[in-house]
Amino acid sequence: MLLYALRRLIYLVPVAFGVSLLVFALVHLAPGDPISAIVPPDSPKELIDKLKEYYGFDKPLPVQYLRWLGVTLTGDLGTSIGTGRPVASEVASAFGNTIILAISATLVAFPLAIVLGTAAAYAKSRIVDRLVTLISLVGVSVPHFWLAIVLVIIFSVELGALPPMGIGPENATGWRLDRAHLAHMVLPTIALSVIPLGVVTRTVRSTIKEILNMEFVTALQAKGVSDGRILLHVLKNAAPTCLAVMGLQAGNLIGGSILIETVFAWPGTGFLLNSAIFRRDLPILQGTTLVLAFFFMMLNLAVDVIQTMVDPRIKRG
Amino acid sequence: MALQSPSLELGAAALQPVAATATRGYWLSVRRRLARDPVTLICAAILILIVASSLAAPWLGLPDPYKTSMIRRLNALGSPGHLLGTDELGRDMLARLIYGGRLSLFMGVTPVACALLIGGLLGITAGFLGGRVNMLIMRIMDVFYAFPSVLLAISLSGAMGAGAENTLLALSLVFIPPICRVSESITTQVRGFDFVDAARASGASTLSIVRVHVLGNVLGPILVYATSLISVAIILAAGLSFLGLGVKPPEPEWGLMLNTLRQAIYVNPVLAALPGVMIFVTSICFNLMSDGLRAAMDVKA
Repeated sequence: MLLYALRRLIYLVPVAFGVSLLVFALVHLAPGDPISAIVPPDSPKELIDKLKEYYGFDKPLPVQYLRWLGVTLTGDLGTSIGTGRPVASEVASAFGNTIILAISATLVAFPLAIVLGTAAAYAKSRIVDRLVTLISLVGVSVPHFWLAIVLVIIFSVELGALPPMGIGPENATGWRLDRAHLAHMVLPTIALSVIPLGVVTRTVRSTIKEILNMEFVTALQAKGVSDGRILLHVLKNAAPTCLAVMGLQAGNLIGGSILIETVFAWPGTGFLLNSAIFRRDLPILQGTTLVLAFFFMMLNLAVDVIQTMVDPRIKRG
Repeated sequence: MALQSPSLELGAAALQPVAATATRGYWLSVRRRLARDPVTLICAAILILIVASSLAAPWLGLPDPYKTSMIRRLNALGSPGHLLGTDELGRDMLARLIYGGRLSLFMGVTPVACALLIGGLLGITAGFLGGRVNMLIMRIMDVFYAFPSVLLAISLSGAMGAGAENTLLALSLVFIPPICRVSESITTQVRGFDFVDAARASGASTLSIVRVHVLGNVLGPILVYATSLISVAIILAAGLSFLGLGVKPPEPEWGLMLNTLRQAIYVNPVLAALPGVMIFVTSICFNLMSDGLRAAMDVKA
């Protein structure tokens, strides 16, 4: 198993190389000279040339890439143009906040999705099945940033029950486990969990339905095995497929929470990315994207390994 | 927003091609099955209504969607002359919602169409040729899969700067890899079927094998998969505009309207939520239609 994980890790090297190329290219996709983002347009030419030399923009692109890669591999992601702080520390503090929100959304969505999906697959009445199908359809179709606004309208504006934005009470720095902070998490968590709820419910339902039609289930029933034990067998068979989808969804929660974080002014990576885009803070944009992509890759790897642990038949090349 | 089930995860679906080549009888049965599926028909009708009204907007006798009015800002629903009220600059909401469909639908459908063309071509090529070509194309796609789709779209259009063209480009890039992966896996399966060998043994040229046997079998499932991406694309495009990355004001577009009306949630909350309803209805219809199409065409999800 360790060997398998190691092999998968080695397979990731070319992908990681491609990812680094793409992230490096982000700066050069930007309109105009990358240097124009940090100096006022009327700066003297000597200053611009000096800055170009300082940042290495006067070198050919491959040289620039290698220099950037070398620096990045040491963990130095550059300096934010907006705040002057190191990008690595900016991203690190935001990343923690994103993870907290993602974990809380995961804890809401996944267990609920498993229960709903299983119930729908087992349901004798069509109403239960239809209802669950409807829930998962809404989950995958609703624009979640709009749902976030609707939640704010209902629970903050109309009912005044929950805070509409922020990570905690005013003057609070960072996240703590207390009532006020938890109250701030409720709405973003709900808004963020609808997509994974919809997707995972759908997957669980269809996977279990398919397995229930398999001959081994009939065989178990014929042998007189109790329903509870059969359910265990079914769940174990459904696990690899469902785990794969859940892994992807968990990754999307972390990389895709930008819209929700923007609506709720939640100080995570998405919020950071958004403000970086509007300040044209390219080092932050680059650094955040790189860290999130790296995390997403690692998460996919972990899911892959867990999948083969659950079901050793799926060992991929 | 994941994608084998229509959602935002951009995972490759294991679509199975229909074993028999598409014949007239097959399409007839597809049509018959669709005609018996009320949900799909209703969704199609709603979509046609939305598309037709947005295209015909200039001839519907609507107020000018760009005309602002300082004294008629944020009027409630049903106020005289403005059936759905007015927005934060006093512009007629009904007109803006209907006109908004033009850009919102365009921004959702175009990237999928572009991705279908490029991703489908790449995927079919990779699947049919196999070997090194397959390896090269699919490894490049793996790089894009290392990014969560929303992050990729936002980083790309964020770096390129706001504007509808950049959003279209970024979204097309986001949808190429999933379509390519699905096309590749279906084509690989089709290539392995006996009828392909039979055709080759009977002297058919590579070109005619691709045209008749491969395309005939893979296009259906790929199209079905692509339709399931449209709802994701519409939500993503609206999301980018919502962030201020897509369409620029004062153009009417649902995501952008949602953004500019956000400040109005304390004054007129129902109004502020309206553009989102349009996105929601459109995306749910596309999803249901794609499901119906998949069932009618007997493509395994």
